[in-house]
Amino acid sequence: MNSTLRRIGVAVAAPLLAILIAVVLTSLVLLALGNAVGPVWQVFLASPMQGVTEAIVNDAAVLYLSGVAVAIGFRMNLFNIGVDGQYRVAAFAAALFAAQGWLPGFLNVILALVLAMLVGAAWAGIIAVLKVTRGVSEVISSIMLNSIATGVVSWLLLKVADKQEGSNATTTKAIPDSSHVPALVTTQAGQIYGLVLLAVLVGLVYWFVINRTRFGFDLRATGSSESAAVASGVSVKKMTISAMLASGAVAGLVGMPQLFGQDYNYGSNSQTGLGFAGIAVALIGRNNPIGIAFGALLWAYLNGQSNALQINAGVNASLVNIIQGVMVLAVVIAYELVRRWDKRIEARRVAAELAAGNTAGAAA
Amino acid sequence: MCAIATTEPPKSVTGIARDAVAAPPAGALAVDLDGITKRFPGVVANSDLHLQVERGTIHAIVGENGAGKSTLMKILYGVQKPDEGTIRINGDEVSFSSPKDAIKAGVGMVFQHFMLADNLTVLENVVLGAEKLHGIGAKAREEISRISAAYGLGIRPNDLVADLGVGARQRVEILKVLYRGARILILDEPTAVLVPQEVDELFGNLQEMKAEGLTVLFISHKLDEVRGVADDITVIRRGTTIDRVKSASVTSKQLAELMVGSQLPTPQTQESTVTDRVVVTIAGLSLADPAGGPALLRDVDVVIRAGEVLGIAGVEGNGQAELVETILGLRRPDAGTVVVGDDDITKWPTRRIRENGVGYIPEDRHRHALLLGAPLWENRMLGHQRQAPASKGLLLTAKAAQADTQRIVSDYDVRTPSIHVTAGSLSGGNQQKLIFGREMSHAPRFLVAAHPTRGVDVGAQAAIWDHIKTARREGLAVLLISADLDELIGLSDTIRVILRGGLSGEFDPKTVTAEQLGAAMTGAATHKPTIDAQEDTAR
Repeated sequence: MNSTLRRIGVAVAAPLLAILIAVVLTSLVLLALGNAVGPVWQVFLASPMQGVTEAIVNDAAVLYLSGVAVAIGFRMNLFNIGVDGQYRVAAFAAALFAAQGWLPGFLNVILALVLAMLVGAAWAGIIAVLKVTRGVSEVISSIMLNSIATGVVSWLLLKVADKQEGSNATTTKAIPDSSHVPALVTTQAGQIYGLVLLAVLVGLVYWFVINRTRFGFDLRATGSSESAAVASGVSVKKMTISAMLASGAVAGLVGMPQLFGQDYNYGSNSQTGLGFAGIAVALIGRNNPIGIAFGALLWAYLNGQSNALQINAGVNASLVNIIQGVMVLAVVIAYELVRRWDKRIEARRVAAELAAGNTAGAAA
Repeated sequence: MCAIATTEPPKSVTGIARDAVAAPPAGALAVDLDGITKRFPGVVANSDLHLQVERGTIHAIVGENGAGKSTLMKILYGVQKPDEGTIRINGDEVSFSSPKDAIKAGVGMVFQHFMLADNLTVLENVVLGAEKLHGIGAKAREEISRISAAYGLGIRPNDLVADLGVGARQRVEILKVLYRGARILILDEPTAVLVPQEVDELFGNLQEMKAEGLTVLFISHKLDEVRGVADDITVIRRGTTIDRVKSASVTSKQLAELMVGSQLPTPQTQESTVTDRVVVTIAGLSLADPAGGPALLRDVDVVIRAGEVLGIAGVEGNGQAELVETILGLRRPDAGTVVVGDDDITKWPTRRIRENGVGYIPEDRHRHALLLGAPLWENRMLGHQRQAPASKGLLLTAKAAQADTQRIVSDYDVRTPSIHVTAGSLSGGNQQKLIFGREMSHAPRFLVAAHPTRGVDVGAQAAIWDHIKTARREGLAVLLISADLDELIGLSDTIRVILRGGLSGEFDPKTVTAEQLGAAMTGAATHKPTIDAQEDTAR
C-alpha cells in the first residue's frame, strides 16, 4: 500500500467519522425532544441563503486564524486557551492605532497588523513567562488573562470612547476611509473581506515553518516527546516562549479582517468568543494547516446555516451549538481510534514486509 | 497474511527431539499447553506450541527476546486468548478470559515490573483487590505471616513497601500471588533486577515452594541461573517450542545454541586498543539530590583514553542515570568538571555537547532517543537538528536526511521496509541500530552508551557489540553502562562499580569474577540491609 495514500486516508477518515457520530447523536437528541429530524438536516444540506455564503467565508477565515493560533501551541502540547483575550486586546490596540491616521492608507493598515501581532504576542508572552519561571499552568493563566483582557479593554474603551449620537455602543474612533481594506468580492448580498487573504498567508507560513524549518522540527519534537526533545538538546523553556509568542502573534490577527473590512472600529459590540471556537477548529483540523481550514469552514458553515433552522425547520438555532459540541467530542474520540488503528496497520505492514524480505537496506 | 514461523520445522541441535521425551501421565501435569497458536496482525507470536509442566517442579522457559515467551505467559495468565490449542490446568481443560479466571484456577503471575504502591504497607498491598479473601485486618495479617513463614519469605506485614529493597519487594509480589491461592506461579524474568546474592535467595525461596508442592514457571534468558534452579527447561524459538530438556543433562552452551539456533555470539573484545591519549576527564563530579536526600553523585573521577571502553557496573538506581545526564548537560553538577578533548563541557548546553563529538545512546530509547510516531528519517535528525544532513541554516534538508538515513539503514543493517515508516513500528534491536548509526555518523570522540543491548534480540545484540568494538578500534573513548555483567566483562578495558553515587576502584575485566563485582555492587558481604540503604539513595 502506498504510504502517502494511506496517510491521506487516515487524515480524512477521522473527521468523517466524527461528523457521522455528531449527526447520529444530534439526531437522537432531536428525536428525544420530539422534533422532526429530516427537516433539520434538509436545512443544513440546502444551499445557503442570500448573503450567507459570504458570511461563511468571512467567518471561516477568522476562525482559521484563531485555529492556527491555538494549533501552534497544541503542536508542543501547550494549551493556549488565551487566544480569546489575546485577539481582543490586539484588535483594540490596532483599532486605536489605525484610527489616529498617523500614516497614510495602506501603510497604516500594515503597521496596525504588525502592532496587533506584537500586542497579541505580548499578552501571550505573560503566560509563557509565568510558565517557564514559575511553573504556572498555561491553562490557568490564559483563562485568567482572558478575564483580565475583558476588564482592561472595557476600561480603556471608556477612556478613549468616541461617543456617537443615538448609539449605545462604546467604540474607538473610526479608522479613516483611506485605510479601509477593499472587499475581495462584492455580491448583491454581501462582501468577502479583503483580509481573508491573511488567513491564506498565515496558513502557508504555518505549514512552511512547521514542516520545513528547524524551529518547526524542534516544536514538533517537543510536542511528541518532551523527554526525547530535551535529550536532543532542545531547550523546552525557549521553545515554550517562542511557541507562545508565535501563537499570540497569530491570535492578534484574528480580529483584523473584520476590523478593516466591516467595522472600522473596535467596541463593545465587536465579536467575542472566536478564541474558543479556534480551539474546536484546531482540534477538528488536528493542527494540520489543511485540516484547520476544513474545520474552520465546517464550523462557519454550521454557524451560517443555523439562522435558517428556526425559519425553515422550526427548531431553535441553538441546536447548532449541540452539533458543534458533540462534534468536538466525537473528533477527539475518532482521532484516537483512527490513530490506534493506523498504528496497528503500520506495525502489521512492517512485519509483513520484513517477513517477505523487503528491507530498505537490501534495496539500497 | 503470510506467517513467519509456521514453515519452520522444530529442529534440535542437541539431538534430543521434543517427541523423544516421554510424556508424563496426564494427571501429574500442572500445566499442559497443547498446540497453542496466537496470531497478531501480520505475525504469528506463537505457533503450535507445546508445554508440559509436572506438578511440584520448577520449569524454566528460555528463549531470546521476541521468541514469544511473554505471549505464551500472557495466554497462560488469561491476558490473551489463544487462537488455537488447548490449555489444561491440573488435567482440566480451561479457557481464561481474564487474569481473574487464571487466579481462580490457581495460576498466579509475578511480573518483571513490580506493581506495588510505595506508600502502603505490605499488608495493604497484599489485600488490595483481594479484600474478600481474609478481610483487611488481623485475619489477613495472620495469613500473610503464615505464608511468609511457610516459604521462608521473611516478609513482615506492617512494613512500608517504600522501605523495602528490590529483593524484598519481589518477595511481596510473590506473596501477593500466593495469598490469592495460586498453586502455579509464573515468574517473568525474576532475576533481571536482582544482584547475584539476591538471586541466590530467590532461588532458595523457589526451592521451598517446590518442596511444598507448588509449581513454578520461570522465564529467563540467563542460562546459568536457569540450569541452577530449574528441573526442566523448555526452549522457545520463533514462537514455537524447539526442545524440552532436563536441566541436569544440558550445558549452558547447548541451551544457548538451542535458543539462537546458531553459534552464539560472545562480546569478547580482541587485543587492547587503549592509547595514552586521554579523551575524557571527569574530576570531582558531585550532584546533590534536589529533593534533599543523599547525594546522587559523590566526587566522581573518571579518565577515559582514546580506544578505551570504561564499563560501569552497579545495581540500578545508584547514580548511573545521573552520571550520564550530568555528562550530557541534562543536569547541572554542584561541583566538578567534565572535559572532553580540550573542551570543558561542564557548563555547555546539551545541544552543544552533542554537536561537539559526544555520542549518546540513552538507557531508555523510547523516551530519550526517538520520536516513536515520526518516520525514521526524522529520527535521523533528532539530536543533530543543527548539523548536516538534517538542516542548513534555519531550514531542514529533508532530502539529504533521507539519503543519509538510507545509508544508515544499509550500513547498520536496520531491518525496515522503508525509511518512511515510524520508529515505533520497528523492533527494539532495529531501533537501537538506527540510533547507533545516527550517533556514529557525527564523528564522535566520546560515546556514552547506557544499557545499549537492553531489550534487543541476540542478533542485534551481536551487531551492537560489534559497533562498540569498531568505535573502540577507531579511537573513541567509550563509557559503557550496563546491568549485564557478561557484557561489561566482555567489552570493557576497565570496569568500575558505582554504588550510592560513588565510583569504586578499577577492576580488570580479564581477572574479575561476577561474584567480586556483585560484592562491590552491594557494598559489602552483608548485603541485605545495604540494599535497603541503596533504595533510599536512589530516591
